[in-house]
Amino acid sequence: MSSEAILPVPVKHSWLRAITRDPRAALGVGIVALAIVAALGAPLIAPYGPDAPDFVNTLAPPVAGHWLGTDELGRDVLSRIIYGAQTSLFVGFFSVAVAGIAGTALGLIAGYFGRVVDALIMRLMDIVFAFPSILLALAITAVLGPSLTNAVLAIAVVNLPVFARVARAQTLVVRELEFVEAKRALGFGTAHILARTILPNILAPVIVQGSLMFASAIITESYLSFLGLGAQPPTATWGNMLRNAIGFIEMAPWLAVFPGAAIFLTVLGCNLLGDGLRDRFDPRD
Amino acid sequence: MARYLITRLISLIPILFGASVVAFLLVRLVPGDPAIALLGMEADARSLAALRQQLALDQPMVVQYVTWISHILTGDFGRSIQGGRAVFPLLLGALAPTALLSAAALVISLVIAIPAGIVAATRRNSGADYTASFLALCGLSLPSFWLGILLILAFSIYLPVLPASGYVSPLVDPLGHLSHLVLPAVTLGTALAAATMRMTRATMLEVMRADYVRTARAKGLSRRTVIWGHALRNARMPIVTLLGIQLGQLLGGVVVTETVFSWPGIGKLTVDAIFARDYPVVQGAVLLTATLFVLINLVTDLIYTMLDPRVRLS
Repeated sequence: MSSEAILPVPVKHSWLRAITRDPRAALGVGIVALAIVAALGAPLIAPYGPDAPDFVNTLAPPVAGHWLGTDELGRDVLSRIIYGAQTSLFVGFFSVAVAGIAGTALGLIAGYFGRVVDALIMRLMDIVFAFPSILLALAITAVLGPSLTNAVLAIAVVNLPVFARVARAQTLVVRELEFVEAKRALGFGTAHILARTILPNILAPVIVQGSLMFASAIITESYLSFLGLGAQPPTATWGNMLRNAIGFIEMAPWLAVFPGAAIFLTVLGCNLLGDGLRDRFDPRD
Repeated sequence: MARYLITRLISLIPILFGASVVAFLLVRLVPGDPAIALLGMEADARSLAALRQQLALDQPMVVQYVTWISHILTGDFGRSIQGGRAVFPLLLGALAPTALLSAAALVISLVIAIPAGIVAATRRNSGADYTASFLALCGLSLPSFWLGILLILAFSIYLPVLPASGYVSPLVDPLGHLSHLVLPAVTLGTALAAATMRMTRATMLEVMRADYVRTARAKGLSRRTVIWGHALRNARMPIVTLLGIQLGQLLGGVVVTETVFSWPGIGKLTVDAIFARDYPVVQGAVLLTATLFVLINLVTDLIYTMLDPRVRLS
């Protein structure tokens, strides 16, 4: 009997069907897709460059030509919001990717090997969990210095334990299943079993978690930028646009309203999508 | 119970040790001389040399850690670079405003979340359920600092009824304190209410399907008695757990809210210290917050076991 004969037939989840069935998730996909299009197509979509000043129209309210108004340097708020999507999605994607890959690997190892390895890895994760996430991200960026890369790193570190816990919990279940036993009996190596047998079977909840963490990463990035510890000016980020808006809140409230609305809608889209995916793939919840 | 408490306290030791190592390493990871990081660029050579000796900075890292933690355990967190004040009293002074703000946010969240969650669960798939669930999702998606700015715009600028920022001690002027507290507490309480409402709804839905609730209904008990006397009593455990986690997260949430409203708590102190490169204060604030966070989680566990002794037995 070949090894393939006793392996489970991989279940092909139809992500697209799951999304179109649930109107909330479909709305979430629509919002997130809009944000992705804005980020990728910024140079084509934005009416102006993110830093193009218009000294004749400084602090102009929303009018034709500047649909969402201008800031104190006459920079177009709409264009900066569109370019700001690049930063938010970049940080969101890469911080979740780094945390997801590293956290899943750690959870997989902890769950599979158990005992001392498990205790060591999970106690390290507990230590990271001992800090409120924003505070730890702040402390890391404070030490490493404010920059886009350090923001990604800081957000990845604080999200790492979440992925490790999800992956470990799933691994503990999957490692006891018969097809894993069969692979061991057939003499497959540990690395092969971890990467080719267990990993594909724990990915669904990890991906659902990733979609929820993506929303949280975007909010954390906006916090860091708002506090001046994310990407530095003149790079347009939604958080540093809001930081800048505080000084002009009475004169130009649109500077505060629109970038915040961009964060809110994007995060709402991610949460709608995440909720829909969770309902689809984790019916216990 | 005492045995359980001792076991839980022992389990905190490695976590608190790890947290102290992280706080210790914060200053060591700053590029350059830790003595300069702790005393500032203006420090003279004699002060730098004295601090290097005091903290054993010329010794191996392990010795440095032992020296540092022995100072911390006696309440010596060092001195602030700005003004030279001892860090520990600074942190304690900032703790009271943060505690007041967190408590107010928690009360606001409970007042909104528990009734909304119960209504949503008991009238599942109704307009009230959809509205409450959508508002909860919106609350979770709102960046707190943006909500704070919108509240300032609405209630301090367009309708000037509440102060936009600042703090008044409740001992000096209780009404003034309350008026300053409203906007930051609503800001902080909103996200908390959203998460708690979702948990209340989910747990109530599960409990309402349980056999004993069906039995209570079959006995002819009133709807109110079934919901408040039977269902909510059993739904409170996950809600308490979530509240404990959320209360811990409030310690992080206050960082941004306190900055927006110039509320002189531990969060604003930390952000100000980061920008002033006042590493002794950053280090102390991080360690104190982590310790509080861990202790809040412990208290949550203890409340949980009091509500449901099966947890302790298992």
